[in-house]
Parts: sequence; C-alpha cells; structure tokens
Amino acid sequence: MSTSKYETVVGLEVHVELHTNTKIFCGCSTEFGAPPNSHTCPVCLGHPGVLPVLNRQAVDYAMKAAMALNCEIGDVSKFDRKNYFYPDSPKAYQISQYDQPIGLNGYIDIEVDGKTKRIGITRLHLEEDAGKLTHVDGGFASLVDFNRVGTPLVEIVSEPEISSPEEARAYLEKLRAIMQYCEVSDVKMEEGSMRCDANISLRPWGQPEFGTRAELKNMNSFRGVVRGLEYEQYRQAEILDAGGEVVQETRRWDESQGKTFSMRGKEEAHDYRYFPDPDLVTLHIDQAWKDRVRASIPELPDARKARYTSEYGLPEHDAGVITSSKALADLFESSLDYTKDAKAVANWIMGDLLGYLNSNSLELSDVSLTGQGLGEMIGLLDKGTISSKIAKTVFKEMLQSGKLPQQIVEEQGLVQISDEGAILAIVQEVIANNPASVEDYKAGKEKAIGFLVGQVMKQSKGKANPGLVNKLLVDVLKG
Amino acid sequence: MIDKEGNNVSIQTKDVEHVAKLARLHLTEAERDMFTEQLNAILKYADKLNELDTDAIAPTTHVLHLSNVMREDEVQDSLPQEKVFRNAPDEEDGQFKVPAVLE
Amino acid sequence: MALFDLRLQEIHNQLHNKKLSVSELVGEAFANIREYDGKIGAYLALNEEGAEAEAARLDQKLASGEELGLLFGLPVGIKDNMVTEGLLTTCGSQFLKNYDPIYDATVVSKLKEADTVTIGKLNMDEFAMGGSNENSSFHPVRNPWDLNRVPGGSSGGSAAAVAAGEAFFALGSDTGGSIRQPASYCGVVGLKPTYGRISRYGLVAFASSLDQIGPITKNVEDAAYVLQAIAGHDPKDSTSANVAVPDYLSALTGDIKGLRIAVPKEYLDGIDPQVKASILEALSVLESLGAVWEEVSLPHTEYAVATYYLLASSEASSNLSRFDGVRYGVRADHAGSLLDLYYDSRSQGFGPEVKRRIMLGTYALSSGYYDAYYLKAQKVRTLIKQDFDQTFANYDVIVGPTAPTTAFELGSQVDDPLTMYLNDILTIPVSLAGIPALSIPCGFADGLPIGLQIIGKAFDESTILRVAHAFEAHTDHHKQRPMF
Repeated sequence: MSTSKYETVVGLEVHVELHTNTKIFCGCSTEFGAPPNSHTCPVCLGHPGVLPVLNRQAVDYAMKAAMALNCEIGDVSKFDRKNYFYPDSPKAYQISQYDQPIGLNGYIDIEVDGKTKRIGITRLHLEEDAGKLTHVDGGFASLVDFNRVGTPLVEIVSEPEISSPEEARAYLEKLRAIMQYCEVSDVKMEEGSMRCDANISLRPWGQPEFGTRAELKNMNSFRGVVRGLEYEQYRQAEILDAGGEVVQETRRWDESQGKTFSMRGKEEAHDYRYFPDPDLVTLHIDQAWKDRVRASIPELPDARKARYTSEYGLPEHDAGVITSSKALADLFESSLDYTKDAKAVANWIMGDLLGYLNSNSLELSDVSLTGQGLGEMIGLLDKGTISSKIAKTVFKEMLQSGKLPQQIVEEQGLVQISDEGAILAIVQEVIANNPASVEDYKAGKEKAIGFLVGQVMKQSKGKANPGLVNKLLVDVLKG
Repeated sequence: MIDKEGNNVSIQTKDVEHVAKLARLHLTEAERDMFTEQLNAILKYADKLNELDTDAIAPTTHVLHLSNVMREDEVQDSLPQEKVFRNAPDEEDGQFKVPAVLE
Repeated sequence: MALFDLRLQEIHNQLHNKKLSVSELVGEAFANIREYDGKIGAYLALNEEGAEAEAARLDQKLASGEELGLLFGLPVGIKDNMVTEGLLTTCGSQFLKNYDPIYDATVVSKLKEADTVTIGKLNMDEFAMGGSNENSSFHPVRNPWDLNRVPGGSSGGSAAAVAAGEAFFALGSDTGGSIRQPASYCGVVGLKPTYGRISRYGLVAFASSLDQIGPITKNVEDAAYVLQAIAGHDPKDSTSANVAVPDYLSALTGDIKGLRIAVPKEYLDGIDPQVKASILEALSVLESLGAVWEEVSLPHTEYAVATYYLLASSEASSNLSRFDGVRYGVRADHAGSLLDLYYDSRSQGFGPEVKRRIMLGTYALSSGYYDAYYLKAQKVRTLIKQDFDQTFANYDVIVGPTAPTTAFELGSQVDDPLTMYLNDILTIPVSLAGIPALSIPCGFADGLPIGLQIIGKAFDESTILRVAHAFEAHTDHHKQRPMF
C-alpha cells in the first residue's frame, strides 16, 4: 500500500437524530420501534393541503448542539425545500436549510497519538428525516414505512481537515460524546440515530489543490467508517500510482465484502432546486433565546477531562477515556461519592468494565453497575474485606444483578480470610503436597513461590488474604 | 431569455427534456415541441423583468412579516391504519408498496 | 320573493323563526342544481345524502333550542381543492379523481362549526391553474350569462354556481385572481382576503405564498357574513396571521364620506372601452357618496404577470411533486419500476396546463436559472408590493376593473397560454402584495357582467367591504339574474 505518498483529505457529513417527543413538523411521536406507519398523520404522509408547523424543541436542540460544537448561531435562520423524488420522501421534497443554517463556523478538538487537533465544522443545519424502505419480492418491490419521516435531524458538516481514518474515528467519537453530553440525541449508529457519510480524496504531499473526491455512503458503524476510509485510501492510491484519475462519484461501502462500490448510474445527477419553503416563516433568534439555550448546555467532555486531571489527578489518557462517554463519566463521578480513590475507580472502569462491555458488545446502559456499587467495592478492597481476586467476582456479579457489593459478599461468603491460623493450616498442607516446588524454591528458584501461593489461594477458594499467604509461605519455607 | 453570461438564448428541446426528467414527466414528441415553443414565449415575456435594476432590492418570500411560529413538543394522536391506507394504491403488511427503487 | 334572492341573514332569520326548515332549504338548493347544472356544469360532486342527513340533524338542533352556529342551516358549495373528509376531493384533476380525504380543511371544519350544510364540490381549473375553467379535467363550466362563454377561473364552478342560483354561497380560492376574475365574469361578489387571514390548512396548495381562500356570494353583506365565520388564526398554518378578526357586518355602515380612492392609471390603460366606461361610472357613484378619487400610478404593474408566473409556477412545481402515486391518487397500471410509476402516473394524471406550469417552475428553479428567474421575480415582487404600500400611505382603497374584458368565448384562448395569462393582469399585482380585494358587479357590456375591483390595506377587509356595500346600496347590478 502506497498511501504514504499521498496526503489523505477527509470531510465528514454526520446526521444526528434529535430525540424530541414529536416530529419536526407534526405532532406524531418519534418513538423508535413502533409498528410500521403507526406514527403517521396527514402532515407527515404528505397528503394534499397539509402544512408544516415547526417543533420549538427541535430548534432548541439544534441550537444547543451547534453551540456545543462552538458554532456561531445566526440571527436569522430559515427553511428551504430540497426537491427530489424518492418513495421515502412523501412530499418529494425534504424541508432542510440551505443558505441560513442554525449554526456556522464551529470546531471540535480531537486527540490522536497524544496530539490535539482542531477540526473545523462548516455548518450545522436542521432538517427532517426520511421514511424507511424495505426491499421485498426478491428486490422487485419495496415497502415504505413513514414512522421515521419527519424525525428532526441535524446535519453536521466538517471541513476537509481530517487526515486519516483514525482521525475520522476520533472526530466521530468526540462528536458523539458532545451530543450525549448535551442530551439532544441517543447517537446510536446501530439504530441509525447517528449516520455518517464521508468525502475522501488523496493528493501528493505539498500539493495545495484537493484531489478528486469520492463520497462514501452506507457506513453503519465507527468501525465501518474507519474500514471504508482505509479501503478508499488504498483504492485511490492504487489508481494514482498507476497514473489514473479518480472519478468523482458516490460509492457504497459493503461491510461484508470490505469494499466500496460505485453507485454510478444508480442515481442520476441531482438538481435539488432549493428554494425557501413558503409554508414556513423565518426564525429570528435573538440574544435572549441564545442565552437561554446556552445556559442549558452542561459541562462538555473537554471541560470534564480537564477537571478530572486537575481535581482528581487522573492521567490525561485516563481522563480522556472516561470522558469519551457521558455515561462512563457520570459513573466515575457518582462512584466518587462512595470512595476517595479516583485512580482506582478509573482503573476499574477502563479495565474490567470496558473489557467486559467490549468483549460482549454491550453498552453501559445494558449492565446494572452503579456508582455506589463500584465505589463501595473499592472501599471493601481498601479495608481488606475482600481480596482483589474476589473483587473481580463481586464486580461481575454487580454488572449482572446490580446488587451492592456488601450484599454479594455476604450472600456468597466471599469475605477475605485474614486469620493467620486458618491460612497457616492451608500453607502447611500445600507445602506438604508439593515437595518438588519446595525443593525448587530452596534451590534458589524464587519463582516457585508463585505456584505455591496460587495453590493456597485455590484451596481457600480465593478468599485468603494474598499478602498474608505470601508472608506465611516464606516464613514456613525459610523457617 | 438571458443566460448567466448575459447571452440571449432560447430553450432547446433538450432543455425541455431535461426539465421534464427533473419533474418526472413523460412528454410526447408533440408535447415536447409545444412546450418548447410555449416556454420560450413565456420566458421571452419574462425577460421584461430585466428592465428593472433589482441589485439593491431584497427578495420577498413572505408578504407577512411573521417569524418564530412554532408549536410545543407535545405528542398528538396519529392516524388509525384505515385512514393511513384509505387511498393507498398498493399496500402490504401495513406498509405502502412500490415497484423496485432501482432499475 | 324566491328564496334564492334573499340575503343569507334573511334566510338565517327565516330558519331561526321556523318559517323555513333546513331540510326545505337544502331541498331547494338541490332542486336548483337539478334544474340548472346540466347546462352550467358547476359541480363535480354532490353531497345529496350527506346534506339531507345534516339538514335533518340541524333541524333537530334548532328544535332542541341549542345554540346555533353563525351560518346555521345555510347550504354551501365548496371549491374542489379544499379537502372534505367523506367527500372526494379531486382538484379538477384525473390524478386525484379517487382521492378520499383523511381529514377536513380548517375552513371546512369552521363551516361545520358554523352549522352550514355542504351540498357539493365545485368545478375548477385543474389544481387551480387557469382563468377559464377549461382546464378542469372533468368538464368545463359555462357562464350563466352566456353559455358559450367561460365563467372565468380557476373558481369558475364556484362563481357560476352562485350566479346561476345553484349555491346560496360558495368558497373559492384565489392565487392570482381565481376568486375575483370569475366573480367579475359571472356578476357576483368575490372576496380575496389578506394573505394569512384564512387558514390554508387543507387547501390543496398551488402556490403557497399566494393562495388564499375566500367567499363568493350574491352580495357584499353575504361576503362579510361568510368571512366572519371562516377568518382567523389557525395553529396548523404557520403563515396564518394572529390578527384579531373584527366584526365585518358592523363595518357595513353605508358611510364612505371623505374616503380617499386611488385609481391606478395602469389599470385603465388598454382595457375594453365598455369596461372602462363602467368603471368610471362606478367611480362617479362613489364620488356622489362623498368619496374622492384621484389617478395614481402603480409603476410596476406591467411586471406583475411575469413575476407571478415565475413564482407561482416554481412553488407549484414543488407542491405538485407529492403527486407521485405512492400513497394516494391514481397510480398508473403496469409500472414495472419506480421510475415508470412516477413518470406514468404523473404524465397520465396531469393535464397540459398543469404540466406546462410544472415545467416552467422546474426550469425557473433549476441550477443556473434560479437567480435569473426565481430570485429576480422575488425581488420584483418586493417592488410591486412597495407600489401598494406607497399608495396606501395616502389613500384608503384602490379601485379599478377586476378584468380587462368581460367573459370570453369557450375555446377562444386555449391554444395561447400567454394571452390567457394576461387576463389576470389586474388581479395578480394584489395577489403578489398579499392584500385584500373584492370584485363587485358594476355594470354590463353586451349583456355580460363587469366587475369593479376594490383593493384594501393588509387586514383591512372591513374598509373594502364597507365601500362595496355602499356602492351596492346605490346600484342594482347585483340584483340582475342571468336567464339561461
């Protein structure tokens, strides 16, 4: 692969569904997962004669999102019609914003390889979502469900300032975190409440002009975005290496084949004929409105991260990992109501918790762990009530049942054995049963002690205080 | 009519065909020729507007100076399925059915 | 005196005093329709069964002593571009010939609240595009004053029905003159209120920034009375104005002393000499009542038709895109692919005028032409509106003819769209400015009615109704009935 000859230039267009109660232009519910077409009305079905009425909450959320992305909020904003025929678009136009979006000229800071980079945000605009098509009859027909049509969306367009698939992932993760912190969206790529298209081009290092770009669609996960961009980087580099020219086109990422495919011919050249929607009136956004929305923005990831390093002394990296998700950060903070050991909380979150979630493809909301549980468990460890080994058992149990650690310890009899006499008995038994290891140890192989400690722990079902086990073993062997 | 470069041009049949495509209209040959002629006549008449200097004039989208018309985010009843599909030309499993999207 | 010659309030009083039942009145309406509509063609659909049931219900309501709606018991004909649940709404189009609405337009709900009885849906130019009603895809409407002539359009069915005695009153819609011009051609009163005065929710959109519903009636008092019932803010229409609705009937004082009238010279240039003479005579009547009039100039009048056709067609091209055959309307048979479905359904469903305007509008919005056509027209619209604003700084109303001629013969202009469009030159500027205007009969030329257009300030329907009412009280043009 020869991408190193070229600089990669990526711009991302991200759609985020706003989690209002109702659709953007009618009072139908936006609830996910309802039976097809059960959340529809004459307005969102585009019947003759209907008119849109704007949802105030959608505007507030869009402004909040824009402000959190450091955008300027225009004093005047308006809605335009984007005209195109498609069965998921009942009016055959989408109400969107063309030249006066809610937000302009924002940015977010991302971290890649320990370095901070600022990615510009060109604009954030508000628009309505389309319906959902399902292909049936062996692809000869489609069924249309209009429940999703009219769900408010913000489209967030980045500047072409992203230089690698890794940066794209960092941008998306940061964007998702900010939306989560603002509580304007569920931002779940799997459920489609966050969607991403990418423009990617390559150019020889040092060339000021952009290369010809391809637009990538259908990347349904962060991993899909990274893989799609990686593939496209490779594909375009091969073309350029061979002296060819990249074609400007839309390409579809195929997750199962791990390739992108041209959509040429399958969609014709668009002329969206944008014009101001005469059914909707202008938004005049005054300072008081802006102030009210700004006041509703909570502490955002960057600010929390800075606070975690200064207030709790967490390393930059730990603070970054924990604040990358609002749920993790909230768990972290609530744990600290029950223990003062912030570093221990961070370690448990980054180690056992994320390990468990990632290996089982779960979200924090899918498990029952509470801040109180984590905090109290660390307290029990500190006091020596439980061993670190038992703590792992308790932790797993908390994830599944949500019970508090004290209860788990009591129910399962997991209290650490710190009674010297009881441990000594086991130690002596283990020594008696493992003469070879004892020999090794005595011959100077210090490592053999590890095996013996393990045997004692095993016999005690993990409950023996490991420090004590070690001390007693050494005492007996050397004695 | 006047194009972007200020040239006097007229609508050709290919322009009419392009516009018909955007509007999803099939035109018979006779319709195409008729529309070419009529659109030319109408647009030639519309060239009148170029007599006016409008550089400093703001466009009017709404005659009323209304702004910030919004509703509260409160759920209203959706339609019963009978109404949703009362006029549906084709329906299957509670969804609207159409021929394949792609050719 | 025949029931039909009574004012709506008089009929209402007779109902109230039980001299007449709603069922009798509705029966009279259908009797007239049966007698006349074979010649006129004003209706696309009748609601005979529904109306009889509704009449019986209202008679019961009266007997029970319940509080009655403002327009209690009055039969109404509704232009077929306002959606009526339970009554097909076709917009005069083959595409919607089977459209069975799933909701009521706000005006329809308001009429129901006012206790009216809907007797049928009225013919119109397809999607309200036309000035002769010849663009109805079902059948043309004939002018009751001369069956070989058009009734005007697009509310041709509404105006002809009222003129022929087939409707006690009717609702029309006006985008560039579609209430006023047919009212003028048919010798009835047609009021286009201020844009935003009446909810557009449920009015099938032609050009959203211009469309406005209004009454077509036999006299000015009736117009005021109907307007009272249907005006007002609607939270379902973001462009409906939250402006108080005054008592229109109390505005009909008969007093226009000191009224300042502007007469645009552009409105008298090049019009039919008999029409012009009739307008000047009307002005002298107004003068005799104490008004003063002066000639003014609305210099951008000549640009209005071009501006209008660009803007209205652009909006229409987008508004009519929803007619795609997916959710309602007539889907073309045997469409094997989605594109075929779109092309075939739309090509078969729309008539030539609708296609022409969709084509024009699509072109005006398309890449590379937006600035030259659409945006340019929006700017000229500003200039046209300024003409009116400046005039209204010094005058109370603007008066002129509604149309340059009387009704023309059926078929005489169908092949020449531009000439057809130019018939609207005197009504279009008002539509672009969004201000209210009404047409009232002011004379006849060769047996054909002539309309006087009275134009007011935004939301000042009261003044134009007062002027028209005073004029009507001193003339008898509105009392003439066609013999056909």
